[in-house]
Amino acid sequence: MRGPLVKPKLGRDDWAQRSFMLVIGLYLIVALALPLYVMLSKAFTIYHFDLRQYEVQVSDESGNFGETLTLSSHNMRPSPSVVEDLSTNTNGRLGIAQFFPDFSFRSPVNYRFRGVTPSAVYLIGSERNSGPDWVELDSNTFRRVVLRPVSERGLTNFKTYFSTPALFQSVQNSLLIAVIVTVITVSLAFWFAYALARSKMHLKGVFRMVAMMPILVPSLLPGIALLYLFSPRQGMLKALMFGHDINGPIGIVIGSVFFTFPHAMIIISTALSISDARLFEASESLKASRWRTFWTVTIPGARYGLFSAAFVVFNLVITDFGLPKVIGGNFNMLAVDIYKQVIGQQNFEMGAVVSIVLLVPALLAFGIDRRMQKKQVALLTSRSVVFEPKPNKPMDWFFFGYASFVAIFIVGIIAVCQFAALIKQWPYNLSLSLKNYDFSRMDGGGWGSYTNSLLLAILTAIIGTVVVFLGAYMVEKTKGFEKGRAIFQGLAMLPMAIPGMVLGIAYIFYFNNPSNPLNFIYGTMIILVVSTVTHFYTVSHLTAVTALKQMDTEFESVSQSLKQPFYKLFWRVTVPVSLPAILNISIYLFVNAMTTVSAVVFLYSTDTALASVAVLNMNDAGDIAPAAAMGMMIFYTNAGARILHALLSKGILARSNAWRKSG
Amino acid sequence: MKRIALASVLALGVAAQAMAVDLTVYTAVEAEDLTRYAEAFNEDHPDITINWVRDSTGVITAKLLAERNNPQADVIWGLAATSLLLMKAEDMLEPYAPAGVEYLDPKFVDSSTPPAWTGMDAWVAAICYNTVEGEANGVPAPTSWADLTDPVYAGHIIMPNPNSSGTGFLDVSSWLQIFGEDGGWEFMDGLHANISRYTHSGSAPCKLAAAGETTVGVSFAFRGAKSKAAGAPIEIIVPTEGVGWDMEATAIVAGTANLEAAQTLVDWTVTRKANELYNQGYAVVAYPGVAQPVEYFPEGLVDAMIDNDFEFAANNRGAILAEWASRYDGKSDPK
Repeated sequence: MRGPLVKPKLGRDDWAQRSFMLVIGLYLIVALALPLYVMLSKAFTIYHFDLRQYEVQVSDESGNFGETLTLSSHNMRPSPSVVEDLSTNTNGRLGIAQFFPDFSFRSPVNYRFRGVTPSAVYLIGSERNSGPDWVELDSNTFRRVVLRPVSERGLTNFKTYFSTPALFQSVQNSLLIAVIVTVITVSLAFWFAYALARSKMHLKGVFRMVAMMPILVPSLLPGIALLYLFSPRQGMLKALMFGHDINGPIGIVIGSVFFTFPHAMIIISTALSISDARLFEASESLKASRWRTFWTVTIPGARYGLFSAAFVVFNLVITDFGLPKVIGGNFNMLAVDIYKQVIGQQNFEMGAVVSIVLLVPALLAFGIDRRMQKKQVALLTSRSVVFEPKPNKPMDWFFFGYASFVAIFIVGIIAVCQFAALIKQWPYNLSLSLKNYDFSRMDGGGWGSYTNSLLLAILTAIIGTVVVFLGAYMVEKTKGFEKGRAIFQGLAMLPMAIPGMVLGIAYIFYFNNPSNPLNFIYGTMIILVVSTVTHFYTVSHLTAVTALKQMDTEFESVSQSLKQPFYKLFWRVTVPVSLPAILNISIYLFVNAMTTVSAVVFLYSTDTALASVAVLNMNDAGDIAPAAAMGMMIFYTNAGARILHALLSKGILARSNAWRKSG
Repeated sequence: MKRIALASVLALGVAAQAMAVDLTVYTAVEAEDLTRYAEAFNEDHPDITINWVRDSTGVITAKLLAERNNPQADVIWGLAATSLLLMKAEDMLEPYAPAGVEYLDPKFVDSSTPPAWTGMDAWVAAICYNTVEGEANGVPAPTSWADLTDPVYAGHIIMPNPNSSGTGFLDVSSWLQIFGEDGGWEFMDGLHANISRYTHSGSAPCKLAAAGETTVGVSFAFRGAKSKAAGAPIEIIVPTEGVGWDMEATAIVAGTANLEAAQTLVDWTVTRKANELYNQGYAVVAYPGVAQPVEYFPEGLVDAMIDNDFEFAANNRGAILAEWASRYDGKSDPK
């Protein structure tokens, strides 16, 4: 027999924490869940031609009209039916002359046509008609009549998707590329982060800076650089490709490794930077080999970070459309299919179907993430001692060599972009020129768009960091309220799995609805900030959670037993200890806001045109050099911001994190 | 105090600008042309401010359709007629006969009365041929579409994917009109065997030809002329069978709150003066007798333009794209 469950009484702190979590949860619901619901539910909107809704009378050659019949009965009369499958998509149009076996556009026969109900829509040529008024048409006009479909809810879009090989093939392609890139990037990033955190190699500061470089440029730029380097006919280093074409899976993999590297690095670094030196001492005093220490102390400690990094890289690759669009050749991927459906064919419904298919791997990853989390143990206890690497000449030089190799790859790509920005006409006129920096004739308002981007980046960094860190704190440190926390955690992981393009379109449908009380933010800077914070929520959240997880709950227990309210502990202990993570989040949001394109391209307006969008449009218009030039402007801005950020954080850390040294 | 001061400043501002109207104009016209267009318009109508929202044809079309229940644009000035036909069929355009529309070439005006849209300039398909690469690879310059199915071009042709690019669809629909339905697909089967890659952007094939990445790029003349002006070693070839084309066009968005100003703007877009502006970038414009030859544009382009059946293209687009995808997209990467 079990006794009644004992429920702890909720204190004032618990209520305060829960209401905080609710507020940020509400943000995620409004800025993420509801818009996505509006968009993704389109996947279940299906279309078909309803032939019963249209009636026709046919005259004989002298103009006497016969009986009234529906198109449906005309369709049945020659058996089998003229048109068997009446399902279609939003753009569907069905010519009706085919239902009349004797039809000739030269014949003197006339037709009377009408829709039975007002919702029966048809076009005569390009003119829209509907409703029950009879329209009399001669044969030549009658052949121009096409029906428009009616919509209902159903699953046939998914059936169409899985029975169209051109679409379905992309699932396999996307998974393959995402897995390959994840393995390469996470391995590269882990050893790089390891070298930074656990060795005494030289130039650590420089390597740290270089590793973050890819995140500072719009993702289009590595595509441009790879084409300049390796394109099959004119590439500077085309011999290195051994006859393979960079346009295709190879280009996607190299480019993806480049742009996902810093994302993985930032997470793994966070996981490695907070570690307890006592564990290493214990391992050493037990005479464990370095190898054994690595597998029993380092890896388990970084496990959560490694998994998070893999999760992030996988989803970044699978949702990115910019790179495969520029360098993917004919290699179809899911995100490119969304582009084809939404931008190429204005088929929002099929775009939504592909988006839902994209969510599946992300949901699987989320499930594994939940399991991993339960096993994660706090590494930084209140008695922890910060690990300080000891010099080890051969190891340090080995890591130096490795880090240099990665750094050369990254710097090389950026240098090619800078080169591209300066030459006149690749590859026939290589003379240098600064005319590409003349942004007065640039897409989207010249320097105005640059200032807008800067404003967007600053607002996103400030607002985003506050929202994300508070959210992560509440979800990590609130006791009880399991369901609420699980939902919050789920919402926080969702943005990673959503291509920006889908988020952008979802925002149009949701926020441009006149009955939405938030309608007023549409077309303003606010919606750009909200969409950007939401789009980059997951990595920021993971960074915060990874840092918070490594703090022992003992801090909370002590503070509670001293009857301190949670916000005091939050301000005095949590924030200072997590300061590296908080600063990382803010710079992460800043640089991404500078470079992001996919969501904001649908949301900017006259006064809020953005530099990153200008890069995309200039490249599309064939002005590759000015695109590269503007891209490099973004890069230098971001680099400047990072240097400023590094100096700032050094100052702050020196004061607030003195405890880390005193151990 | 501050608030009162602010309010009075605002009130003054409103009084002073009582006549001024802001129009939100969606466009896909090249950015550098927009400033010229707005300046010239403001010479005649200084009281109307144009707020441009510019992006690629696909993005602007998707944005307009997604916003259809609460349109943000007042006017569309410079978007593919194919896109406008799509919106016309959804009742998203306000029919209006601009003053002076009767002077325009009728094929540049929507067939309904009053017309739902009016054309500005034509945007004509063409082949970009890189002479340096052609010589190096022994690939001769083609003179017709049919030439491109010759095995000598195998692996040397790039064209846009019609499922991602309006230019790609323009090509496909024109081939179906030139060669007939069966002949068109037969031609594309032959062409497909020689295609090295389909791109997602309509200008990319010509850019790639200009950069020597391919010998032949199926693209459009405007892009070719631009690359040629920039110094690329390319010839712009007008195939003998004729070429497909689309036009940039103007329309008023149904439900605009500034109908009068929108009509003023659209009236202006069909004037001789406006057409002279369009002629700076485009060799073929809607106003007869205006067009001067544009540097680097190939000769004979106007005569080669087929009698394009936009209605056929619009009403069969879905079916054509599906057929294309099942023939060429599914097996575009068999490895």
